[in-house]
Amino acid sequence: MSDPIRIAAPEIPLACGPACCGPVPFVRTENLRLDYGEKTAFEDVSLDICAGCITALVGPSGCGKTSFLSCLNRLTDILPGARVSGRIMMGAQDIRSPKTDVIDLRRRVGMIFQKPNPFPLSIWRNMELPLREHGASAKPELAATIETALRDVGLWDEVKDRLHKNALALSGGQQQRLCIARALALKPKALLMDEPCSALDPISSGIVEDLIVSMRHRFTILIVTHNLAQARRIADFTALFWIQDGSGRLIEKNSTQQMFESPQNPLTAAYVSGMRG
Amino acid sequence: MIESARLRFSAARSRSGFADGVMAVVVWASVLLVTGVFAWLLFDLVWSGGGKISWAFLTEAPRNAGRAGGIAPMIVSTLLILSVAMSVSLPIGLGSAVLLSEFAPPANLFGRFVRRSLDVLAGVPSIVFGLFGNAFFCIYLKMGFSILSGGLTLACMVLPILIRSTEEGFRSVPQEYRTSAAALGLSRTSTLWHLLLPAAVPGLMVGLILGIGRAMAETAVLIFTSGYVDRMPESLMDSGRSLSIHVFDLSMNVSGGDANAYATALVLVALLLLINTVAMRLSERWVHAKRSTT
Repeated sequence: MSDPIRIAAPEIPLACGPACCGPVPFVRTENLRLDYGEKTAFEDVSLDICAGCITALVGPSGCGKTSFLSCLNRLTDILPGARVSGRIMMGAQDIRSPKTDVIDLRRRVGMIFQKPNPFPLSIWRNMELPLREHGASAKPELAATIETALRDVGLWDEVKDRLHKNALALSGGQQQRLCIARALALKPKALLMDEPCSALDPISSGIVEDLIVSMRHRFTILIVTHNLAQARRIADFTALFWIQDGSGRLIEKNSTQQMFESPQNPLTAAYVSGMRG
Repeated sequence: MIESARLRFSAARSRSGFADGVMAVVVWASVLLVTGVFAWLLFDLVWSGGGKISWAFLTEAPRNAGRAGGIAPMIVSTLLILSVAMSVSLPIGLGSAVLLSEFAPPANLFGRFVRRSLDVLAGVPSIVFGLFGNAFFCIYLKMGFSILSGGLTLACMVLPILIRSTEEGFRSVPQEYRTSAAALGLSRTSTLWHLLLPAAVPGLMVGLILGIGRAMAETAVLIFTSGYVDRMPESLMDSGRSLSIHVFDLSMNVSGGDANAYATALVLVALLLLINTVAMRLSERWVHAKRSTT
């Protein structure tokens, strides 16, 4: 290996952002800041999330990546003591405004958690409950939507004979795919994924990763990951968060290729080369 | 060298083996003691009262101050008092538990105040509830000695236990259900109804069973509120004698009433077990239906 820290990297030809990158970002944060009581989770984060792309958030633990995700579907509303300031523009609207229909926002922006979290209900019920909540009630329509979503995540053939069995009996990887299907069934525009593979075994992790790649261009995906190799494999863009002065900050955001091959910030260089973090 | 190390290990093993043995004896002894007392009690009841139980005993009115005849009016009064108590305390208890667990975080001043009050209330002697019920329901609200007064007073007495154990039931539901439900855009109401309530039912049932047990066994409260008229009640405004008061009366005030007192106590215990079993079954069925509805 040549010198891994290439701070003053020579000019190398780069692809100028993936072709999927839409001219309008799906969501743009401006000076976003989140405090939990006295503690600042992150501050001064201005970031464009390109529509239809996979953006990876990387960085050490506790630098506010997960907190950043929870701002984008206003899950911060139910976190005790969480206070958000700054702007989160989705289209022309700031989703922080009281006029935002939070229920509909969370339908449009799905979230997948680190630990698969199906409800302790049957597989069918897991899929049906959110759909009914968002107004679907006709049985054939429900059945069609559920089947499509389960097929999209490659789970249909595995579970079609036991739709009415408890979802907690599925394996970890299947549970995570069920959670993804549950979010997809609501026809979201974007998915926020908080380390969706880290609690899974390598094989399940690979399956979920392939699934995420297959959703590129169809959904805007923002994925938190501690696995740099994974970020490099799947993400179009990568953003690095770091803790500075006791709170998380956005250090650099760029196309993944550029981040890994010619990082602008010395911290990024050290992090992607494995010297730090 | 190796020999002596092996020796030391085996000495340690036999020491810990001894400790385990003592532990096992202590644990088994306590279990046997507890179940033994219950078995002895039950055996005594069946032995002394079992012979008296008959269809006539369950369906007739008492004669000769309870020495002869049956206990039909007491069974009816007991069930009525219990229904009043439960139909009032269940909805209020459930509502308060939801408020405490879902809307008043542990650090919240109001929540802390309510919880502390409930814990104090749960420890108040029943005779105090009896006097309160007599003063408030019988006299102030002019309900007189009636099944309604008795049931309402019992509801007050049962509520603290019911609320606290239901709240524990809600709290034991993992936080991630609430988070993932919120992330899917489920409203608080449907999260509560479809996810939290089924998961909290075991806690609710514990509270309910403790509450029913306390209510059915209660004597002091009912003497002051529902009275001890041993006629068949015709409405909730009639005075009615509960089974527990009947046992008390037969064994303390009626000479020669002991046999019927035993039989009545046996019926009371049997009724309690029956109601608890039915309640458990119903709740299990409800939860099951909720989890797999298509």
